[in-house]
Amino acid sequence: MTIQTEYDPDSDRIMAVSFGPQHPGAGHFRIKLWLDGDYLVRSEPDPGYIHRGEEKMSEYRNYIQNVPHLERPVILDSCGILFPYALAVDELMNNKIPDRGQYLRVIMAEMNRIISHMYFIAIEGLFTGHTTMITWCMGDRDFWIDLAERIGGARVTFAYIIPGGVRNDMPAGLTEKALDTCDWFEKRMDEYEKIFFKNPMVLTRMRRVGVLSKEDAIRLGAVGTVLRASGVKMDVRKDEPYSHYEDFDFEVPSLDGGDAWSRAYMALLEMRQSVKIIRQAFKNIPQGPVRLKLGPQPRVPAGEVYARTEAARGEMSYHLISDGSPRPYRLKIGSPSFKNLRVLPHLLRNVHVADIPIIYWSLNYWPLEADR
Amino acid sequence: MSKPTPGTQQPAKPAAPTAAAPPSPPSQPKPEPARAKKLASTITAQFPDAKVDYLREKRLKVTVSSATIKAVATMVRDDLGFDHPSAVSGVDWIAKNEIEIIYFIGSLTREGLRDFVLAIAERVPRASPVAPSLIDVWTGVEYHERESQEMLGIDFKGNPFKGHFLLPEDWNDMPPLRKDYVSPGR
Repeated sequence: MTIQTEYDPDSDRIMAVSFGPQHPGAGHFRIKLWLDGDYLVRSEPDPGYIHRGEEKMSEYRNYIQNVPHLERPVILDSCGILFPYALAVDELMNNKIPDRGQYLRVIMAEMNRIISHMYFIAIEGLFTGHTTMITWCMGDRDFWIDLAERIGGARVTFAYIIPGGVRNDMPAGLTEKALDTCDWFEKRMDEYEKIFFKNPMVLTRMRRVGVLSKEDAIRLGAVGTVLRASGVKMDVRKDEPYSHYEDFDFEVPSLDGGDAWSRAYMALLEMRQSVKIIRQAFKNIPQGPVRLKLGPQPRVPAGEVYARTEAARGEMSYHLISDGSPRPYRLKIGSPSFKNLRVLPHLLRNVHVADIPIIYWSLNYWPLEADR
Repeated sequence: MSKPTPGTQQPAKPAAPTAAAPPSPPSQPKPEPARAKKLASTITAQFPDAKVDYLREKRLKVTVSSATIKAVATMVRDDLGFDHPSAVSGVDWIAKNEIEIIYFIGSLTREGLRDFVLAIAERVPRASPVAPSLIDVWTGVEYHERESQEMLGIDFKGNPFKGHFLLPEDWNDMPPLRKDYVSPGR
């Protein structure tokens, strides 16, 4: 008896199954699966489960009140989602941010990238059956959260990058501790590489699984690690530098494999670059004020703007329309998880059920970010 | 946690900007960026009905009619190299009784355009918002269109999906991003 590889709705061999949203491997996200035995014939993602209504909600609040709730969809990468919002409002108001504020924005955004990527590798390790990776990464992630807490004041959602600069300056004497953390973490990443990424079991489970070609990645609109793991060197920090990113010496890593392993390994390569940026930023940070005094209800002139940045998961963008009133007329969040979602049904075909969590988590997908 | 000390590190140079820079007066328009202008003239030369909304250093927005948007999209993809659908946004202009659909397109393969985002917009009447789907041009816009279809009630002709994607399955109210939809409790 041969396995059916094409989806035929009339076939009595095909069984429709829901994967999630309660499944621990799905992370409050549902995928509708059509199976022939253990073999995946077709899949359809169903991202709507969280229903936060962020875009509608932001039309009821003024530009500063929008800061804390806009970071809720991506609590792992709260600075990543606020960064383009701040850029969009700054552009409308024609703000010139002080240099120290720009450097602090970069420091916190890169720390958040590490915090987010550590979570990503941890979960990828968990579903590969590699328990050491989740315990190590979750533990080591805390050192970066501690450091970011010293700067931002809050523990996970920092509400730090705001229109006009950053919320507060960093405390004196933090530079040495930060540079120590960078040194320690670089050695630690070598250990991750040895124990996880070069592990024969991990290689067997993740190599040549869920392969996304370069052409398909461009065609389907992939961004971030997914796109770069397929061989496209796209990074908004290099392509369209913002907040003095052009002053930093770093590279955009890319891989040609396009498989689940490459996508996870991209996170490690990117964390190495982030450490490099953080080190430079702490060493070269200029003195001066960190923000402009805009007041609790800044007057934003009427206009339309599209701002984008490179968040941990990829290109994060905001389309913001102001009509001159205290609140945005329209605010559209273009989140990287939603952009990468189109890749999922493309990859979840002709694979076994056991590979679903590995492929799904290798996209670094965060359900709250898609369903804002 | 040690207390933040924002006032301790005073600048040696007092010229650092501390107050909000005044918004540039509209009477002094900036010089038009050459690259955006060139792209705009390329599009308007082939499609005379295209209206240029704004030209900026790294942004360009053109508004076209629903009848020509597919041809414009195919042209900017094939001739100008815009191959990366970055986002699709929709705006409910309730006072004008129109809904605007905006495709934000970047470029991954054209080297000089990596920092550029082209916005192609169209306006459809609010009462019957029907627009052609651009899935054939950029496959990546499929889910973005589904989102606009659901949140603003736009009917994308050619997008095979009809139903609920992000909203609850039992949602019977009007599309929530329309301006006359008021969130419960407001």
